[in-house]
Amino acid sequence: MTAVADPAAVTEAPASTWRRAVRFAWEELRVGLPLCVAAAAFISLLFRESFTGTLIYSLCIGLTIQLLIEAGRHGIAAALRRRDPQHLPADSGWPGWAWMAPWTAGAAVLGYFAGSRLADWLTGAQRTHLLTDESHLHALTLILVISLAMAFGAVFFFHSRGRMDSLQAQAEAAQRRAAEAQLMLLQSQLEPHMLFNTLANLRVLIGSDPPRAQAMLDHLIAFLRATLGASRRTLQSLADEFDRVHDYLELMTLRMGPRLTVRSDLPAALRALPVPSLVLQPLVENSIRHGLEPQVAGGRIELAARRDGDALVLSVRDTGVGLGHHRAAAHGGRRFGLEQVRSRLAALFGARASLTLRDAPDAEGGTLAELRLPWPAANVPANATAQAAR
Amino acid sequence: MNPPRALIAEDEPLLRDALAAELRSAWPELQLVAQVGDGERALGEALALRPEVCFLDIRMPGASGLEVAQALAEDWPADRAFPLLVFVTAYDQYALKAFEAQAVDYLVKPWSPPRLAACVQRLRARLAERKGAGERADRSANDAAALDERTLAQLRALLAAAADESGTSADRPPRLEVIQAGVGNMVHLVPVDEVVYFEAADKYVRVVTAEREHLIRTSLRELLPQLDPQRFWQVHRGTVVRARSIASAQRHESGKVTLTLRERAERLTASRLYAHLFKGQ
Repeated sequence: MTAVADPAAVTEAPASTWRRAVRFAWEELRVGLPLCVAAAAFISLLFRESFTGTLIYSLCIGLTIQLLIEAGRHGIAAALRRRDPQHLPADSGWPGWAWMAPWTAGAAVLGYFAGSRLADWLTGAQRTHLLTDESHLHALTLILVISLAMAFGAVFFFHSRGRMDSLQAQAEAAQRRAAEAQLMLLQSQLEPHMLFNTLANLRVLIGSDPPRAQAMLDHLIAFLRATLGASRRTLQSLADEFDRVHDYLELMTLRMGPRLTVRSDLPAALRALPVPSLVLQPLVENSIRHGLEPQVAGGRIELAARRDGDALVLSVRDTGVGLGHHRAAAHGGRRFGLEQVRSRLAALFGARASLTLRDAPDAEGGTLAELRLPWPAANVPANATAQAAR
Repeated sequence: MNPPRALIAEDEPLLRDALAAELRSAWPELQLVAQVGDGERALGEALALRPEVCFLDIRMPGASGLEVAQALAEDWPADRAFPLLVFVTAYDQYALKAFEAQAVDYLVKPWSPPRLAACVQRLRARLAERKGAGERADRSANDAAALDERTLAQLRALLAAAADESGTSADRPPRLEVIQAGVGNMVHLVPVDEVVYFEAADKYVRVVTAEREHLIRTSLRELLPQLDPQRFWQVHRGTVVRARSIASAQRHESGKVTLTLRERAERLTASRLYAHLFKGQ
């Protein structure tokens, strides 16, 4: 049984209980009634009996079986859910074939006897085939086989249609979540607060220091272009990645003044390595927003790249307030940025990449974010020589 | 009359200088007595210098503009006119909505010269109005000098809007049931129900029960959204009391209220901002 990922998200707008009941009955009868009519036609032809009489029996038996199956299906599902909520997704009414196969068989036999008794009572006739009655054993077997076949057919039909519905709902929910994530990403990157404050600073600079205003405007343009175009390019060189981060940091330095100092260490040998574009950006934004901005004295932010065996390690360190400061009120913004980076890394590299966030290990305090990426094999000199030697 | 004096609290140096420069040309007689870059200094300087006007940036390190306003309202001397407050923000939608609703003065960054001029006009008119009221009436009867009810109501509404904003967002922390207070290598577990009151103490919070007290390393600001507002009442920016533990409340002329507790002998003070909780009907 496939698990429905997010049942709450896929339920439709709340309809009244009454309307839901009518819809449920219609969904059931839409399948049950034609089956009963078909069975009645088949049997009345086979035994040369009146169609009307057979139809009454067929309806009584068929609908009783259907009622038993559905009651059992929901009942077993509810019982299983109560015993172990993890076992079944909340909106699933399907307990699995292991439960439903014997139950369907039982429901078919039980439904046959109960339904034909009901029909006897309704018509005043006495046509129920009993196991004790040898003369009817042939007919009884046949009708039971038909009942069983139809019961299983109907159950299979409902089950597979339900699965298709839930798969479709899952796909829609996934699509919606992807769109929401995209929007949140854009919002977190183009944070209005940052944008308007930057514009306010630019407005001042235009009057007081036009060349600097121009330089800052260039940084803002590069930052906006990179942020808005990020989804289109997946990889860029490490040097470009550092440049984009510096666009942002230049703007922040303008805003924060002496409260922000930046150090950056990108060895020349690593400059051309391809990395996922804008993975450093959310880490740097976190450091500024949650580490340095809340601190009256401000602080320093350090970017570095190095090789560690088979990994390329990118690190962002700040001397801000540290992780402990936010533990009690873990802010959604911080988590979202990190989740975004993590999910991109997982999509690109699976388990070979990781992102860790911890308190910086020295006395200056603050936070250290470390990104470990698999060493890009195509550009590795060491690897190339190893291959040549082989 | 002495020329009006103003304080500017804005953490971005360029914007701070620009606001100062533009105010100088738009309001030449205004004296800029302090320009600071964080909330803590804003509060300290404002209380020390008692300017007539304070420009407060909403997002500042140390304390936000709203927190500074709250602290000012609680600590401002009763016999001095409360300053006119102008909040400055780049983008805080909840705050802008609250400012509009409460007719509070505010500036949105980047501001245009006409917008600043309109703001200055309004502040001047309000100062003149105050002066007129102060001259006409006998000071003790018409308490023009003290923090008036209208300003208090405005601040209450702003603080409520800010609390709402943090309370309704998706990542609201769950309600706290047990508080863990560490002492050395021991951890004391204190059920929230047993706490009589919480009191802010620098970077810590004192957790006081009927028998003893503990220190926890968190701020009251972070703790507050995790407490049930029905059971725990904030009565001061640094104090949150269990409503059930309050035995009586005595009002004073200054507007403050003294609370006696059932389980503890010490008394607590509710500030003017929260005095309305104790109506005594």
